[in-house]
Amino acid sequence: MQPAGPPAYPRRMHDGAWVGRSVSRREGSDKVSGKLAYIDDLSRPGMLHGVTVRSPVARARIRGISFGPGVPWDEIVVVGPKDLPGPNVVKLIDVDQPLLADGEVRHCDEPILLLAHADRAVAERARAAVILDLEPLPAVFDLDAALRGDVIVWGSDNLFREYRVHNGDVDAGMADPDVVILEGVYDTGAQEQMYIEPQGMIAEVDAHGVTVRGSLQCPYYVHSALVALFELPADRVRVIQAATGGGFGGKEEYPSIIAAHAAVLARKAGRPVKIIYDRVEDVMATTKRHPSRTRVRTAVRKDGTMVALDIDFVIDGGAYLTLSPVVLSRGTIHAAGPYRWPNVRIHARAVATSHPPHGAFRGFGAPQSVFALERHLDRVASRLGLDPAELRRRNFLRQGDRTAVGQVVHEPVDLDAVLDRALEMSNWAEKRARFEVENRAGGPTRRGLGLAFFYHGAGFTGAGEVHLASVAHTEATADGRVKVLTASTEIGQGTNTIFTQIVADAVGLPLDRVDIAEPDTAAVPDSGPTVASRTTMVVGQLVRDAAAQLRTALVDAGLLAADADRDQTAAAFGPAVAAYVERHGSLRGQATYRPPDGIHWDEKKFHGDAYAAYAWAAYVAEVTVDLRTAEVRVDDFVAVQEAGRIVNPTMAAGQIEGGVAQGIGWAIYERIVWKDGRVRNPQMTNYIIPTAVDTPPIRVVFVPPFLGDAAPSKGIGELPMDGPAPAVLAAVAHATGTEPMAIPMLPEQLMIILEEHRHGDR
Amino acid sequence: MATAETAPNSSVAFVVNGAAVTVQGHPMSRLLDVLREDCKLFGTKEGCGEGECGACSVFVDGVLVNSCLVPLCQVQGSSIETIEGLSAHPRLRVLQDAFVRDGGAQCGICTPGMLMAAAALIRVRDDADEAEIRTALAGNLCRCTGYVRIVDAVVNACAELRALGGAT
Ligand code: FES
Ligand code: FES
Repeated sequence: MQPAGPPAYPRRMHDGAWVGRSVSRREGSDKVSGKLAYIDDLSRPGMLHGVTVRSPVARARIRGISFGPGVPWDEIVVVGPKDLPGPNVVKLIDVDQPLLADGEVRHCDEPILLLAHADRAVAERARAAVILDLEPLPAVFDLDAALRGDVIVWGSDNLFREYRVHNGDVDAGMADPDVVILEGVYDTGAQEQMYIEPQGMIAEVDAHGVTVRGSLQCPYYVHSALVALFELPADRVRVIQAATGGGFGGKEEYPSIIAAHAAVLARKAGRPVKIIYDRVEDVMATTKRHPSRTRVRTAVRKDGTMVALDIDFVIDGGAYLTLSPVVLSRGTIHAAGPYRWPNVRIHARAVATSHPPHGAFRGFGAPQSVFALERHLDRVASRLGLDPAELRRRNFLRQGDRTAVGQVVHEPVDLDAVLDRALEMSNWAEKRARFEVENRAGGPTRRGLGLAFFYHGAGFTGAGEVHLASVAHTEATADGRVKVLTASTEIGQGTNTIFTQIVADAVGLPLDRVDIAEPDTAAVPDSGPTVASRTTMVVGQLVRDAAAQLRTALVDAGLLAADADRDQTAAAFGPAVAAYVERHGSLRGQATYRPPDGIHWDEKKFHGDAYAAYAWAAYVAEVTVDLRTAEVRVDDFVAVQEAGRIVNPTMAAGQIEGGVAQGIGWAIYERIVWKDGRVRNPQMTNYIIPTAVDTPPIRVVFVPPFLGDAAPSKGIGELPMDGPAPAVLAAVAHATGTEPMAIPMLPEQLMIILEEHRHGDR
Repeated sequence: MATAETAPNSSVAFVVNGAAVTVQGHPMSRLLDVLREDCKLFGTKEGCGEGECGACSVFVDGVLVNSCLVPLCQVQGSSIETIEGLSAHPRLRVLQDAFVRDGGAQCGICTPGMLMAAAALIRVRDDADEAEIRTALAGNLCRCTGYVRIVDAVVNACAELRALGGAT
């Protein structure tokens, strides 16, 4: 359960605001003492352990299921598609995905049957004893084959979604006699979120309804899936977040499936059921980052002026639609980067294959398209003989410019300031020149410096926030405390602490007078999912407004002096609330999302104000490449960004550092190996994420907000995922004189590139 | 897992965080499960079950081990320390406080194991440099922090301990 008690903060207020200070994490002491209970640390009386029987093949007709010997089958609870209380679908954007494959399987490790027993070992033995009679059907794993429609696995053409962006006249731009044309194809691989806590849920079902607890990011996603499955009124389904050991998007949509599985087992068993995935199952069955292939063609004048951009962006959505349209949308909007392209054409497609569905992962499509563009621009710079930083600088978006999808940049952006800071911190010019000289001298190692420049839109894409219409509640109690009620989850990123800081400031109270309600759909309103870097920026604002209402109500009722300072408020607040509650019964605040004025997105035309705010960043990676082993070491990393007002500098930097490490992993360590659509390396032993010795010092700077000290906060959770991969590959290119175009680039891939380069047959 | 399914049972006696316990279980039961299910010490976490992530780190007779790889039969007569026993050592509380203050814990699932690994280093010496600290923590995976603030926390804790003086 979440820690409920007040944290040990100083009782006296400092001068000035809590926002902007590196306040310690609320649940910090429970985390360092081992007291905080995650889902696998919880149990219920009479609880059974659930396991999932999965398909070993990518596509097949299910001819039969039988139950092998050596298992006390009469003790095992078995649930198949016929045992579901309602429609056999996972409710998300579409309803194409079944909870349990019925008749046909469409990807490896798709759930077919659920089993439960009081003894987990018996349940495991039963799982192994189920015999599946499967008749293989043709499957498709290659993007081009799927696009050609060699095998149709979804709809009539394997196409989940398609977007087109068109501005200016790309063909005329490409025909400009003064431009240099360059084309390239850039690939990115699947990436596993690899949160250290595997997924898990406990479900209870009784006459009243369904209750699930688990490791999850979005209580109301799970809630809506269960309401649809059990065909129950909303108030008879209850979803509670347990302490969650990392998510990164991996616990955005998939937990709905595990919750539903545990709940249907619990319903049939008449007892609580716990499902905990082990690492192998988690990696094989749950979602990963969408692999992508991007063809980029550019026309750039010799002085570096960008003239035309033509992009073909394709992502592999896997076997079911899940969130692919929204991932594609974000990737498309970010594809042209923070540059002034007078002529842009983007064709973007999410394609169905027979891979397990790919899903949400920090960055949500943007890291893929940003990788392609930034890698490409480096190649353009080298063709033109321009410094890569200079090429970008000459084309930066400025206030009043429009992005590729037509959003006017209203902020007084100063991208030069962001870039200059990164160049200065990394000692860019001096080191680039020095490394080039040293590299020419030979020896077994080469060094290089690489840059990526990018922006990242925070909050839901387009009209998403308007549709979500998120709500936050606050409540003041007579003991002088304020409780914050939202569905925003703490998954390590600091939600609880940041909301505490915001509310303490809005009301004028010490931090230890603020309580954060456990995300429990029976108690908290729907503040939307904890995704898309939206918690601090969008929900934080709602929380602030709902908290400020409490103070205003007391002031209006004559119970608190309007000019009461922090100490006076702290002393007067309790009695004032008591008097207010005496008169009115309760003191509550509520805020509902309203879009900022003048924000409009046209989904049909794929045009308009795609995001309420963008963070802007320049990242520089320094690497050493060992030519003998083709190993790449990142020696130093500089991450400079403008992200509005920073609520908690330590936590904000921690977000950037963690994202940079994941980005480095995606670039040079983390490779999912597929064999016939199945993950062959589902272990930490063979899917390598960076350790403390693989990760460089990461130097994080937030430049002063473009809008000054009163600037609002922008989302930062996803931002740091966009820059590391192109920066690291640019550094490898600089070090070796090669042009790597694909990630992950492990030594075995770089070795081939180095060989080809040596033989000059690039 | 100590269950009927996993018989033959044996009786194994050891000390956990200073308290003597006797556990009935299969001799090959994982120490990780014994600690969590029999001793109800849930601070020791499972991230991989195969010795890669370090989330299950504990001390057995003062040696840092991955408890997912240690069979019950091997701890007969041993003294085991888990995260729950760490705060009994004032010098290690300095380390825990540094993790909270410096941002060394985000989601917290790696934190108990990370603290055990850091404690293993600090017990031996409080003058380790950053490279040594990184090496000492290399068996513990964290997916949230990028390790920067974990390393900072250990560096700062070492500095405080040196200022305090005294033995571990
Ligand atoms: S669970 Fe033991 S090392 Fe990962
Ligand atoms: S803090 Fe989340 S894995 Fe380390």
